[in-house]
Amino acid sequence: MLEIKNLHVKLEEEDKQILKGVDLTVKAGEVHAIMGPNGSGKSTLSYVLAGREGYEVTEGSATLEGEELLEMEPEERAAAGLFLAFQYPVEIPGVGNMTFLRTAVNAQRKARGEEEMSAGDFLKVVREKAKKLKIDAEMLKRPVNVGFSGGEKKRNEILQMAMLEPKMCILDETDSGLDVDAMKLVSDGVNALRDEGRAFLVITHYQRLLDHIRPDVVHIMANGRIIKTGGPDLALEVENNGYADILAEVQ
Amino acid sequence: MALPQAKQDALAARIAGLTFAREGWLGVARAEALARLSAMGLPAKRDEYWRYTDPSSLTVVEAPPATVFAATDESPVFDAIDRVKIVFRDGVFDAAASDDLKLAGVEIERLSRAGGADIHWAREVYGVLEARGQVPVQRPLAALNSAFATDGVLIRVTGQAAKPVSLIYHHESEVSDAILHHCVKVESGAEITILENGPAAARFSKVMEVEVAEGGRFHHVRAQGRDHERRAVTHIFARLGAGALFKSFTLTANGVLTRNEAVIELAGDEAVAHVAGAAVGDGAFHHDDTVFVTHAAERCESRQVFKKVLKNGAVGVFQGKILVKPGAQKTDGYQISQSLLLDEDSQFLAKPELEIYADDVKCSHGSTSGAIDEVALFYLRSRGVPERVAQSLLVLAFLAEAIAEIEDEAIAEDIRSRLEGWLARHEH
Repeated sequence: MLEIKNLHVKLEEEDKQILKGVDLTVKAGEVHAIMGPNGSGKSTLSYVLAGREGYEVTEGSATLEGEELLEMEPEERAAAGLFLAFQYPVEIPGVGNMTFLRTAVNAQRKARGEEEMSAGDFLKVVREKAKKLKIDAEMLKRPVNVGFSGGEKKRNEILQMAMLEPKMCILDETDSGLDVDAMKLVSDGVNALRDEGRAFLVITHYQRLLDHIRPDVVHIMANGRIIKTGGPDLALEVENNGYADILAEVQ
Repeated sequence: MALPQAKQDALAARIAGLTFAREGWLGVARAEALARLSAMGLPAKRDEYWRYTDPSSLTVVEAPPATVFAATDESPVFDAIDRVKIVFRDGVFDAAASDDLKLAGVEIERLSRAGGADIHWAREVYGVLEARGQVPVQRPLAALNSAFATDGVLIRVTGQAAKPVSLIYHHESEVSDAILHHCVKVESGAEITILENGPAAARFSKVMEVEVAEGGRFHHVRAQGRDHERRAVTHIFARLGAGALFKSFTLTANGVLTRNEAVIELAGDEAVAHVAGAAVGDGAFHHDDTVFVTHAAERCESRQVFKKVLKNGAVGVFQGKILVKPGAQKTDGYQISQSLLLDEDSQFLAKPELEIYADDVKCSHGSTSGAIDEVALFYLRSRGVPERVAQSLLVLAFLAEAIAEIEDEAIAEDIRSRLEGWLARHEH
């Protein structure tokens, strides 16, 4: 599904190398987790994959089902099936959440040569999916993320994911700012989307989220590289001992 | 103080070819307007009130030619609205294209036929509100209009108007120079919506005087369309009685020069005046909103909401003033002017002013200028929304506060869809 090879990335405006050769392969149906200390490059990796400006790829590649992602516009990546759940979902005053969702869904359908969804069908589907995430009608009417609590913003991200039905989902610290109940709700939303055609890359600081979203593979990232890869137990090891041991072991 | 010779000469040249009938009450009103104009002279760039907008193409003798914009892909505005249509072509009334000037709750007469008729109410409005609006700031182009307007409509509203009155201005000649003057009197408790659209002429001067009596309600929605080379100077003078409501919204897309002035006097207690504008400018576009709201009574509310989206060197101007007179206690005044600059070549010039002589008032004002929010743009694109569409969504969101000033939802939707159409074409 997702194949990242020897990815090197620096900041555009300053001569600072953030990613220093990331290699990662995520197969369809798998859930991978990336853990790592602050500043290790986890969020940069997610932004670079989604196509945010301000980064320069100096070496390497990233493909989604064989297609080179790094040469596409952000909207093309989305239409190709990539989705990034933001660590800090953006507030957009004046743009209704529903308008936003419908524009996005239909833009992707159009890009893929599919028929656009009618207003009626769309409303039916969005209501049903919103209900499962405990997003009420009022939240759908409000401007995108404006006045939403931290938990509401994250649930709104998952709703977008559920509506867009991407193939490759990247969750960037989706657990940050969530209480126990909200984390359960968000995790249930993610788990409902798990199937053999879809893959997940879950970026997190804490093992806690991985109790709810069980990963197949866990990677530890530090200083712009993936330094260790293992099974779910690796997350527990980090939780118990911190990153120091692993970092020492690698060095 | 005598007018400098140069100003006298410029004025004499400008009005040399213009005449008006001196008979009747209207002739008297026109002569008085000419006297006002003669005392003021024409505006010049060095006048403080014209500092950001060069009036020379509005005052020059011959109107600068303007290629008629052939909008093959334009969807006519207000088409879905049931209305009484009054059509002018280059400032000339077109009877065949207009509806019968009959509407329940409303009396409509053309200005060109009113001179001999004894229309009492219009005598108290025509040139009268314009004259009041000359203090403290001179507006010579409005006086010129009152003196020499060739036509217009006089509308008296006595009840609930059954449907909107729609003034439609076609531009058909490259050298047309039109001067129209309308008067509206909304009687106590009556209500009307006036719609206006179209470029009107190569050069267009328009004055609308609006008197709203106690408890009357006046709504005005105007769409100045995509005629790139036309020039316009318009004035609305309004005076509101106790508990009266005045709401005016203007959508402008392009036009090489537009100066829209609104001069509003809240003369009765608890009157409400909202004046709003959304302008979208691309390239050779200069758009000036000049607003003067006077609070002369207690517990009145006024709002000014002006938004401009500018690109490719377009220029936006906002001069807005709230004057609170002594004794106008419990005034609630609000003013916001904002621009969204889509590139570094465009410019927004704002001059917000408050002048307050009462001690128990609430007045706020703000003015901002900014670029499109790149983070929001990326967020939308990351969900698959193409960049152009995402930008249009953000532009519409930016203009939303101004459009929200339109009370009638069907008309607001009409304006919104026209804007969406413009934005989807990637050129305004």
